[in-house]
Amino acid sequence: MHDVSAHAAHHTPPQGFLRKYVFSVDHKVIGKQYYGLGLLAVMIGMALSWLMRIHLVWPNFAIPGLQWLSSAGAPGGVITPEYYLQLMTMHGTLMVFFVLTNVPFAGFGNFFLPIQIGAEDMAFPRFNMMSFWVTFVGFCVLVAAFFVGDGPPLSGWTAYAPLSALPGTGPGQAMGQTLWAISIAVFCIGQLLGSLNFITTTLDLRTKGMTLMRMPLCTWAWFITSCIGLLAFAVLLPACILLILDRVAGTSFFVPSNLVVSDQLVNHSGGSPLLWQHLFWFFGHPEVYIAILPAAGIVSHILVNSYRRPLLSHKAIIYCMMGIGFLSYMVWGHHMFLSGMNPFSALVFSFPTLVITIPATILVLIWIGSLYGSNLQINSASLFALGFISMFVSGGVSGFFLAQPAIDVYLHGTYFVVGHFHMVMGVAAIFGMFAGTYFWAPKMFGRMMNETLGKIHFWGTFVGTYCIFMPFHYLGLVGNVRRYSAFVDDYLAPLMPVHRFITIAALATGAVQLIFVYNLAYSRFKGKPAPENPWQGTSLEWATSSPPPWDNFGGKLPVVYHDPYQYGIEGSSGDYVMQNSPEQIQTAREDKKLI
Amino acid sequence: MATTLQPPPTINSAARGLRYVKPHESSAPSTGIWVGLAAITMTFAAFTSAMVVRQGSGNDWRHFSFPVILYFNTATLVASSVTLQIGRGRFAAVLEGIDYAASALRALYGTLVLGCVFVLGQYAAWLQLRSEGLYLASAPSSSFFYIFTVLHALHVIGGLLGLIYVTSKLHRGILRASTLSAASQYWHFMALLWIYLLLLLVVRI
Repeated sequence: MHDVSAHAAHHTPPQGFLRKYVFSVDHKVIGKQYYGLGLLAVMIGMALSWLMRIHLVWPNFAIPGLQWLSSAGAPGGVITPEYYLQLMTMHGTLMVFFVLTNVPFAGFGNFFLPIQIGAEDMAFPRFNMMSFWVTFVGFCVLVAAFFVGDGPPLSGWTAYAPLSALPGTGPGQAMGQTLWAISIAVFCIGQLLGSLNFITTTLDLRTKGMTLMRMPLCTWAWFITSCIGLLAFAVLLPACILLILDRVAGTSFFVPSNLVVSDQLVNHSGGSPLLWQHLFWFFGHPEVYIAILPAAGIVSHILVNSYRRPLLSHKAIIYCMMGIGFLSYMVWGHHMFLSGMNPFSALVFSFPTLVITIPATILVLIWIGSLYGSNLQINSASLFALGFISMFVSGGVSGFFLAQPAIDVYLHGTYFVVGHFHMVMGVAAIFGMFAGTYFWAPKMFGRMMNETLGKIHFWGTFVGTYCIFMPFHYLGLVGNVRRYSAFVDDYLAPLMPVHRFITIAALATGAVQLIFVYNLAYSRFKGKPAPENPWQGTSLEWATSSPPPWDNFGGKLPVVYHDPYQYGIEGSSGDYVMQNSPEQIQTAREDKKLI
Repeated sequence: MATTLQPPPTINSAARGLRYVKPHESSAPSTGIWVGLAAITMTFAAFTSAMVVRQGSGNDWRHFSFPVILYFNTATLVASSVTLQIGRGRFAAVLEGIDYAASALRALYGTLVLGCVFVLGQYAAWLQLRSEGLYLASAPSSSFFYIFTVLHALHVIGGLLGLIYVTSKLHRGILRASTLSAASQYWHFMALLWIYLLLLLVVRI
């Protein structure tokens, strides 16, 4: 049995504004800070995507005020082709690192992981605070790239060498690219500190009775994600250090011999551009699961609450998430089929890529199959959770095609890939983020969000994202190349109506997000006060007040008696029994536990 | 059918606060160190693979002679691990009620001094290479030499700061065994990591 007396008292109640809200060591405040940073980043990232979409279909449209951001990149407000690539780089970097990693993992994870395992705080609260502020510094350094020299880099969020390794290879490739590399290196340090905290907290600070298998699915997802992140960011960090050295110290890790840039022979030799790709994608593919697994865990947690019955298999979900995490380290080469690798190597990377669809498919089957016999409660959170499944499946299916080298050779440079990863990684994770927000906002802020506005937000977002990203697949199939800032070739001209449709859909879907922002902001201050357990949940976050006190449980840690999802049974409070309730469960599941 | 509910049993967290060394301590520091070491291992594994790939990608790899002081530094770091282990043993005796606190402190001071000597010795090695015209960007081999040795030295300096923290706690009589244990794990790992790096550099450079 877990000895809760071994826990250390972490910190005293915070005093003063700075210690309470800014440099706080309270995991709940830090979770909100990550969430807020993610919201800021997603707003900037989405605005950048609007600029890109507008430029693609109305290339001569002068965007009012844009020239103030970059007089060279957008003279008179008209975006140049180079600036289009710079916006694309910043969009991708902000979204992947500061949104998809920050909110579902670091944001919700920080707030809820300690509470769900019955702990007072993270294992290392000061490291936790440091982790956020280091991440914030990384964000500021990245955004600073907009305001230096000739703006941010244009090498894409993957920063392929040698383009990224040499100053002077284009607008933004001087100081902008250096800031990008520094920002990502700093971000890695923040994530490593965070992952260390998550793993240690999960292993060592579980309360009495909270065995590993009694942890909620989202806690499992955060734990697995932190294990993935610990190893993935530990590889990206050295890659960024080598890139920075190539750029500022004259080393030659990624710059090959005899390279000519702008008619000038480059003074580097012997480096390997492929080395960057290997290091980057060794991080890059696990990063996909760093984004999606927390969302999958959150969605599982919400669905089981909405279904009012346990999922078909609790353990299968955990093992599938573990399997996905493990396999994510064996598939990085499928991003490099076009790099000239040996075809047999491509086959080696293709096989585990296809295998990884097996645990992913099992997850989907459990989520959908558990609907049978459920008592589905429709609310904003459950709608977004179901929407997550839809996005995950729609985007995931196209992954089957891209996993096969012969097909990927054709599709890799097209909008098919853009549609694929936006749906399966981007939008799906953001749906998980929305689901988590509607579900947990009462606990985080002590106020209920408006359900009507939430449902409008869901349908607008759901329809809108399909209007944006499904056509991308068709564009890719007919050969519409990506990363181009204009489609002037004859064979692309007939596709312009589709692009115009996508742009209008993107603007409209973006406008729908204002409903969410309004709902969140209004509810934060004027929403109906939230009860302790508004969704009749079973896990420990619902066993404390809304919002929780500074030490989570008012100085008394709960004791856990049950598996996390005792729904659909006769409990003293309704059709559920909470994890910390000592009452006996008189059902057929009592002896079997969860399958 | 549900039974009559009683208020759930709870555990008063105020009673859990543990400031002193015995008997039930959190294992979080030790777990945290192991997790951190996993990340450090991965980082140096990535650098190692980068070194192997880079050596094979061009014909500009340059072999050079190692500063002899590196071997002296290695002996110093290993010795510091030994003194730290002696300090742990003495501290364990303190927990058993034997008055070895001063002896434990001396062992920790010795570890600190040896650790500082190691860092200074590494600095002397860099100066020697500079005097021979080998800088960071002179050749890929020298690039990796500096990267490995500087990053390792930074980790050792981090370990020294940790040991200063541990020593001050011991000095004030409020050291937890788990804290000393975690610091020791880290320090011993630094010694092992250095031996690995030295062998790697000897073989490759």
